[in-house]
Amino acid sequence: MSACQIRDLDDLAAAIPDGAKLAVSADYSGPAMAATRALIRRRVRNLHLVCVPVSGLQAEILIGAGAVDVIETSAVTLGEYGAAPRFVAAVRGGKITLKDATCPAIHAALQAAAKGLPFMPLRGILGSDLLKHRPDWKVIENPFASADSGGDPMVALPAIKPDVALFHAPLADRDGNVFIGRHRELMTMAHAATQTLITVEEISETNLLEDERFAAGVIPALYISGVVEARSGAWPLGLWNAYGEDEAFLRRYVAAAKTDAGFADVLARWLGEPAMAAE
Amino acid sequence: MNATLFSEAVAPTRQELLIFTIAGLLSDCRHVAVGAASPIPGAGALLERARSNGRLRVTVLGSTRNNFFTNGGVELFDCAAQGRIDAFFLGGGQIDGSGNVNLVGTGSYPSTEVRWPGSFGSAYLYFLVPRVILFREEHTRRVLVERVDFISAPGTSEKGIYRPGGPHALLTNLALFDYDKERQRFRLRSVHPGHGIEEVLDNTGFAFDLPDTVPQTSLPDRETLALIRGRVRDEIGEVYPRFVETAFPSGV
Repeated sequence: MSACQIRDLDDLAAAIPDGAKLAVSADYSGPAMAATRALIRRRVRNLHLVCVPVSGLQAEILIGAGAVDVIETSAVTLGEYGAAPRFVAAVRGGKITLKDATCPAIHAALQAAAKGLPFMPLRGILGSDLLKHRPDWKVIENPFASADSGGDPMVALPAIKPDVALFHAPLADRDGNVFIGRHRELMTMAHAATQTLITVEEISETNLLEDERFAAGVIPALYISGVVEARSGAWPLGLWNAYGEDEAFLRRYVAAAKTDAGFADVLARWLGEPAMAAE
Repeated sequence: MNATLFSEAVAPTRQELLIFTIAGLLSDCRHVAVGAASPIPGAGALLERARSNGRLRVTVLGSTRNNFFTNGGVELFDCAAQGRIDAFFLGGGQIDGSGNVNLVGTGSYPSTEVRWPGSFGSAYLYFLVPRVILFREEHTRRVLVERVDFISAPGTSEKGIYRPGGPHALLTNLALFDYDKERQRFRLRSVHPGHGIEEVLDNTGFAFDLPDTVPQTSLPDRETLALIRGRVRDEIGEVYPRFVETAFPSGV
């Protein structure tokens, strides 16, 4: 589906096929929650979720809705609201395949894809149980180590090339340029992914690249496959410079989602409600 | 005003003592970074900055005002690899006597009995930041174990592995330990007021070095306490407003 065919959230959800390797931003970096609702409404299945580099409510709800087969992440947590109950239940029940990572490994693997490289080496990780459970991570020797150094092992991470990168941002323009400010990992996601789908609070009538003060914080339309306007598109989570999270919702959610029935109820209500501005 | 009332008026809260102790672990640092969900380490770093006459730089993740990073999530890690971060803080669902940290869960992986959020940046930063301060308020045998169930980040590495960083100290609600890199184990440095060595031994699941005399953890003086309750409170409140409401005595 080309960009011009993506007019609303349902089009956007339809452009993310079942089984896609889907990269999502962290809850603090513009989570596309309105788009996530549209995905769950269309009953998306078998996702390989890549959390950049962690996730919270977004991964939690997608897992609870049965949409995720594989999750590659450095953490899933609802922060001060507590553990993510559906994630924990799915782990315990063996319902999802875990690819436990560490934050810089996810960033580096996306950077590899952005550079068109098959892998990226990274410091650290050696001797951890993460490495033991990641057969796709290999230990290589630094080819530049001096002969008398006794070697310099390091971990090589295969590139992560998402089928789709998805996040929510405050502003885009009519040409499809998207403002991300200092949230540069969103730029890397867009560079690495085959398609990048965005929701935004607002569409600017002037081109964002025309203003030199904005330009360095803008993902050019070259990398963007579709932009949909979605007011309060991060609700019930927050958007960095615009509004905070909906505390009452999150407290209700954590209490309810401890059981299957409680989660089904809170999910049904969330899918039915219009997005609310959380101030 | 009698003497008892006077001393009560300046007594630090539990959190204030931890903030003060953390600041003391950061002397001579140039740049300290503080990760997510870390109000007490953040306040400790900001206290040390306030006392350093502008020498110490502090980056608090999640802050707009106290944050040097503009290159996205990767910059913390790149900055550490460049040697530009002197101290960082890690917690742990389990921490063992060799300094191994577990942020993943208990039981056998992957179907862990108890699953925690995940390893975050620990598996990397523990290797690269010279002074990693392990901070966990709960001091029990459930947390401080003989051997972690899952190594998110190892306390030590074999010779030949690039590792300028590692554990420096362990701070809990009961005590402060130093980490001895040569012996690869903790050594009790001080016990907090109101607690004793027996209590520390009873609640620690790993063996550690115990000097003949263990002093009480130092308390902040009146001036430092005023700094914590004033400037530091305001600065950390930008990122952690709810923490500030509960951790500091009101009206001081």
